[in-house]
Amino acid sequence: MSPPPDPPARSTRRDLERYAGLFSARTRVMTSSATRDLMAMSDRPEVISFAGGLPDTSSFPPETFASMTARIADESCARALQYGPTEGLAETKGCIVDVMAAERMTVDPDDVLVTTGGQQVLDLVTKTLIDPGDTIVAEGPSYPGALNAFQAYQANVVQIDMDSDGMRVDLLEETLDRLGRDGKPPKFVYTVPSFQNPGGVTMSLPRRRRLVEVARERELLVLEDNPYGLLRYEGDRLPTLYSLDGGVYVMYLGTFSKIFSPGLRLGWVVAPPPVLERINLGKQQADLCTSTLSQILVHAYFEHHDWREYVGALTELYRARRDTMLDALAEHFPPQAEWTRPGGGLFIWATLPDFIDTSDLLAAALRVDVAFVPGEGAFLDGRGRSSMRLNFSGADEDQIREGIRRIGEVIKEQVALYGTLTGEAAQAPPRHDAVADAATAGESQDEGARVVELPRRAERERRARRS
Amino acid sequence: VSRVAVLAGGSSFERQVSLRSGARVEDALERLGHDVIAIDAGRDLIRRLREERPDVAFVAMHGRDGEDGTVQELLEILGLPYTGSGVPACVRAMDKVLTKHLLIEHGVPTPEFFAFNQTAFRELGAADALPAIEQRLAFPIVVKPSSQGSALGIKFARTAADVPGALVAAFSYDAKVLLERFVDGRDLAVSVLDGPDGPVALPVVEAVPTGGQEGDFYDFQARYEIGRTDFICPAELPDGATQRAQELALRTYELLGCYGFARVDLMLDGAGDLHVLEANPIPGLTETSLLPQSAEEAGIGFDQLVSRILDSAFSRP
Repeated sequence: MSPPPDPPARSTRRDLERYAGLFSARTRVMTSSATRDLMAMSDRPEVISFAGGLPDTSSFPPETFASMTARIADESCARALQYGPTEGLAETKGCIVDVMAAERMTVDPDDVLVTTGGQQVLDLVTKTLIDPGDTIVAEGPSYPGALNAFQAYQANVVQIDMDSDGMRVDLLEETLDRLGRDGKPPKFVYTVPSFQNPGGVTMSLPRRRRLVEVARERELLVLEDNPYGLLRYEGDRLPTLYSLDGGVYVMYLGTFSKIFSPGLRLGWVVAPPPVLERINLGKQQADLCTSTLSQILVHAYFEHHDWREYVGALTELYRARRDTMLDALAEHFPPQAEWTRPGGGLFIWATLPDFIDTSDLLAAALRVDVAFVPGEGAFLDGRGRSSMRLNFSGADEDQIREGIRRIGEVIKEQVALYGTLTGEAAQAPPRHDAVADAATAGESQDEGARVVELPRRAERERRARRS
Repeated sequence: VSRVAVLAGGSSFERQVSLRSGARVEDALERLGHDVIAIDAGRDLIRRLREERPDVAFVAMHGRDGEDGTVQELLEILGLPYTGSGVPACVRAMDKVLTKHLLIEHGVPTPEFFAFNQTAFRELGAADALPAIEQRLAFPIVVKPSSQGSALGIKFARTAADVPGALVAAFSYDAKVLLERFVDGRDLAVSVLDGPDGPVALPVVEAVPTGGQEGDFYDFQARYEIGRTDFICPAELPDGATQRAQELALRTYELLGCYGFARVDLMLDGAGDLHVLEANPIPGLTETSLLPQSAEEAGIGFDQLVSRILDSAFSRP
């Protein structure tokens, strides 16, 4: 028998450009930019990267994984290798009911659809609800992955400022009025109320209540994205929008990515039955069903292991890393910088003086082998250029201290240079940006405001006393 | 048939484009029947070249290391023939300040500029000279890092208040930056290709940003975003401008001492005058890159282009 012919050489590396003439109008918004090329440089192994959103899967016990897979091979091999129902397996939905119960939510498994990661929920909900030009209201800054999904369906995205209590619901109402007058009422509001990505702030209880009321009054759908709710490092648990609303206007996005494994690609959506039916049709077109193997794996894990204990261990790990990063920021970032103090989740949002463009800063930071995400990707309107998202879950504490020290050095150089150029002693007041304001305004006594207090001054004083 | 090492990637900010250039070149070399070794230029570069024992290196790297003479220096040490410009031309071309001084000395028009390194501001009070510079150049002023090959770090300062921030941004990429007079006009590129009868200038390409641009300024970033810039080749220019642009490109190529191929970027202003902005010793080699487009227009297909560039590596004077 002769060997098969060689495959075409390196087809995966073939140019995008060759096919450019064939692309749909939809993909024209999916630009690749010079900044993206910069981001690609953060993959080098020597780079300390705060750019990812990666959970620390190295803390998962391999022997647990081995026993799970052995059990699946033993007990449900044929099923694990087979297609499954589009809405997901009953036993996986059982796990989802458990996870939601841990945040005091009650859900009917019939209202749940299991998806290929939370990202697929963003795609399917947008596909279901949005025609080109339709409006979606989101937070500013917002999760870039969601903005990408919205843009892919040619949505018009309006971003609402946040402060330490999360989305400014008063501004939301004003915006809704304006959009209504302009004949562009939004199809839905997208929010990450707890430990927001990338802002690191949490929506207060009064705002949560008000948002749910607004949704009811205006018969407006809300998509609550809650990947981090169980990763809380301090403060009291707040009710989800879904539990406040009862699932009438609030659609809920959950995921196993941050509490178990992003590699499984398992998420879910809870939505009112007529909406869920449509999402189900969209899911059939997209991928027929979510990986049966992943679903059975998650069930095996939930049945025979204490998933809450693992989340508890992650919480301990990430809390320590967050504290390390907050301490390092207080020590190494200049006084002109501001940052949020997340009570949970994976991200800190730092805002620098407005003469610093964080995309350019990234180029300088990459030269000393450290990376972060420039803030501009979290806005579609050109804001965020002086901000950055810092992930603290994916690097160990030594790396966090060293990486923040290096970024701090680069920032200080730029601040000093700016001072030299302007003839000022570099004491420019901090830029007054939504989330930065949040941080400074954190002393208000509103419920939830305590979640994000600005640590800088207090931390500095504490440090000064210590040394 | 040669054993060709295609060097691409590296750790410059133009790594991604370089990987695409490299992949395109590898395809062409394979179609031409050569034995191709793809090398992502990293710490093992020298070791891999010694192990693989190629006859020649095709350098498809852009930006730092690949285009600034560093890799060329290493190839010289190894005694390996390579494509494109040699060390001195790369050093000169990658440094916009050196390039511009050379152009001015030889009467080639280039926008007026002032260049400084950080120590000028830190230790010699250069900031005090900014108002004089601003008055001389008039706003808007283009601020750019001296050595960055792509659009990264290039800013427009519309007022004096924009200048310090633009300088801080440019200094993120290089220790030396220039403030340059803004030329309002048409954005042209002329590629030069060496052949049996010496270097020839290829048809002129014009870059036209497509719709939705804010303000009067060309968005440099658009050049790097698919679908945001249209390239017209041959550019439809007023009488004589094409020939003049080609002459200036050839002159620049020769002054810098380029070899094999290069691309020279120019502006055509409203008065019909041409200004040379910079030269790229290793311009992009993807299918939509300007050099291949321009060669195609001249009747030189991509494979033929790659073949000519490769041949020139063996006949370096």
